[in-house]
Amino acid sequence: MTAVIEARGFGWRHAARRTWAVRDLTFTIEAGERVLLLGPSGSGKSTVLRALAGVLGDSDDGESAGQLLIDGRHPTRTIGHQALVQQDPDSQIVLARVGDDVAFGCENLRVPAEQIWPRVDDALVRVGLDVGRDHPTAHLSGGQKQRLALAGAIAMRSDIVLLDEPTANLDPDGVDEVVDAVAALVADRHRTLVVVEHRVEAWAGLVDRVIVLSSEGTLLADGPIGRVLADQRQSLLAAGVWVPGVPIDVDPLDHDRPASGPAPLLADDLVIGRDTALREPMTVAVERLSTVVTGPNGVGKSTLALTLAGLLRPISGSVRADPQLRGSLSPDPLRWKSRQLAGRIGYVFQEPEHMFVTSTVREELALAATTGAEVDELLARLHLDHLAAANPFSLSGGEKRRLSVGVVLGARPQVIMVDEPTFGQDRTTWHDLVRLLMGLAHDGHALVQVTHDQPFIDVMGQRRIDLRNRERVSAP
Amino acid sequence: MRSPVLEKLNPVTSLAIGLVLLLPLVVTIDWLSATVVLAALVVTVVAARVPIVPLLRRSVPLLVVAPIGATSMALYGQVGGHVWWRLGPAVVSDQSLVLAAAVVLRVFALGWSAIVLGSAMDATRLADALSQVLRLPPRFVLGTVAGARMVGLFTEDWQALAHARRARGLGDAGRLRRWFTVSFALLVFAVRRGSVLATAMEARGFGGAPRTWARPSRLGRIDAIAFGLALLVAILAVVAAVGFGTAWVY
Repeated sequence: MTAVIEARGFGWRHAARRTWAVRDLTFTIEAGERVLLLGPSGSGKSTVLRALAGVLGDSDDGESAGQLLIDGRHPTRTIGHQALVQQDPDSQIVLARVGDDVAFGCENLRVPAEQIWPRVDDALVRVGLDVGRDHPTAHLSGGQKQRLALAGAIAMRSDIVLLDEPTANLDPDGVDEVVDAVAALVADRHRTLVVVEHRVEAWAGLVDRVIVLSSEGTLLADGPIGRVLADQRQSLLAAGVWVPGVPIDVDPLDHDRPASGPAPLLADDLVIGRDTALREPMTVAVERLSTVVTGPNGVGKSTLALTLAGLLRPISGSVRADPQLRGSLSPDPLRWKSRQLAGRIGYVFQEPEHMFVTSTVREELALAATTGAEVDELLARLHLDHLAAANPFSLSGGEKRRLSVGVVLGARPQVIMVDEPTFGQDRTTWHDLVRLLMGLAHDGHALVQVTHDQPFIDVMGQRRIDLRNRERVSAP
Repeated sequence: MRSPVLEKLNPVTSLAIGLVLLLPLVVTIDWLSATVVLAALVVTVVAARVPIVPLLRRSVPLLVVAPIGATSMALYGQVGGHVWWRLGPAVVSDQSLVLAAAVVLRVFALGWSAIVLGSAMDATRLADALSQVLRLPPRFVLGTVAGARMVGLFTEDWQALAHARRARGLGDAGRLRRWFTVSFALLVFAVRRGSVLATAMEARGFGGAPRTWARPSRLGRIDAIAFGLALLVAILAVVAAVGFGTAWVY
């Protein structure tokens, strides 16, 4: 076996930062090895992958220390030999048609035109993407888009595949698709795999070695997956890693509890959709309990939540608010003024950043909350006190998610809708969020949560609206 | 809306034809030159089997623009011949009515040439042609095409941002102010997505270096013929206008 990747005291400091993102990293990875890179958020896992991909930039972008080599050369000189798949499926596609996008890398590597198309076809077969070369990339699902990115790597004949949380934005079906495609690629023990992912379970069967980074960006552990997971169990759990076999640390809500009071929102014969009807007419009641909305991608879970929340006009039918919720306002939340709506129905969007409008965490919370004491109380409840002056956009993924729930709570809505609260979250954030939401359910809020996450459904699903079947649905 | 014949044209040729047809339409203002170009377009639509229904559907904006232009020309255009109607500065005469008709023809000539030529154009093929035929820098051309593809994502971001503002109680502000705050937020997302895309492109070897092309873009005989015909139509239009004395109405 030959070492393909070699780090000798490697370090990198981003130009805008004072501390090193990673430092003193020394390891070698042999050809055909499959490595899982773990560590708390901010430990520099992505920095290592970007360095390996050769896209960290030059001395204007930051300072480097030591050496990081691929086949004895600087990674910027071996592009094509290694390929990178990033987290966001939408932002990585270059061209409008599937075949053209796969060919893009080959063209850049100056592969002669007559060799490109056979490579493209072969790559598409290997990732199981049989939609045809001319299929529009915009029509692919998340899992298909990530497999398209993989196909681009194969067509370049990359024998080092670098994956940066490739499944964090995908539903369970998408996760399986991508993991299976990667498994098929590395099956011959020819390709080297380095994957960053905190959901270990999905990848545990595939990788044979784990490298753990500390929160300071140094090497914490390195060894066979079984041994590292056992030895480093506590530090991995503290780092938010989903260590396989460790059960969830919260008790489920009481699934038999009756709703406290009448349903705040009711809808009969509601047809949801943005321009065209997504489903048959449905009857829905939002109770003062914790409700989960489930079903595969594209069946209208978010559309239903947006419609119930008075944000999206239904195709036909209407949503009616109970007098206890609306007071003297019109029964239809769509007709309420924005301020009136915020004080009654809160909505936490799938992408927390869509919700932020100010430049500090404190201001963000103060927009809806009335007193400074309330803001302080919210900061403490969200564990964001130490970040009160930070810019919301600069927070980590988990902190952003907590803040996005917090900004809704300030207005004291009785009904709260949450779109994919636990999507791609690490174990620590997952527990923080679930405890926060459970507290709200206990206080008599009506919660409606769109989710794919089975453990979340198990603990939070006092009621379930399952949109799996395409016919008429109703809440049990 | 795809014409099997026009799709064979190199996109650069389509661009060139568009420019050549534009020329007689902007240097003259009469009805005859516009009629010549329009007639040539009608022949092209039939001969190149351009689907008619989509063409008409896309012509709807022209039905709005043409009467506006024609009305103002009829009222305020060059006065000459019999005067039919007069109110203050507005004068409807033989001359101004002829000019008004010319405006209608001209709007359709311009509009249809853009619709017919533009509809067969595909962003990826255009990028191939601009880089390979016109030798524009691929870094610039492909960067633009990849960026333009993200506009669809921006529409989704825009909707979510607007919904989030209403949900947070910030949606009662004036429409204009809301538009500005949402636009600014959208910019932040555009930069973020753009940098992921740039990383993805760089990781796949995209940069200043020479590259090969999976889709060769060349000019062929059909391009020469099409461009020659367009040039002929343009010359004919100007010559006819000058020859029949319709070009210079003053």
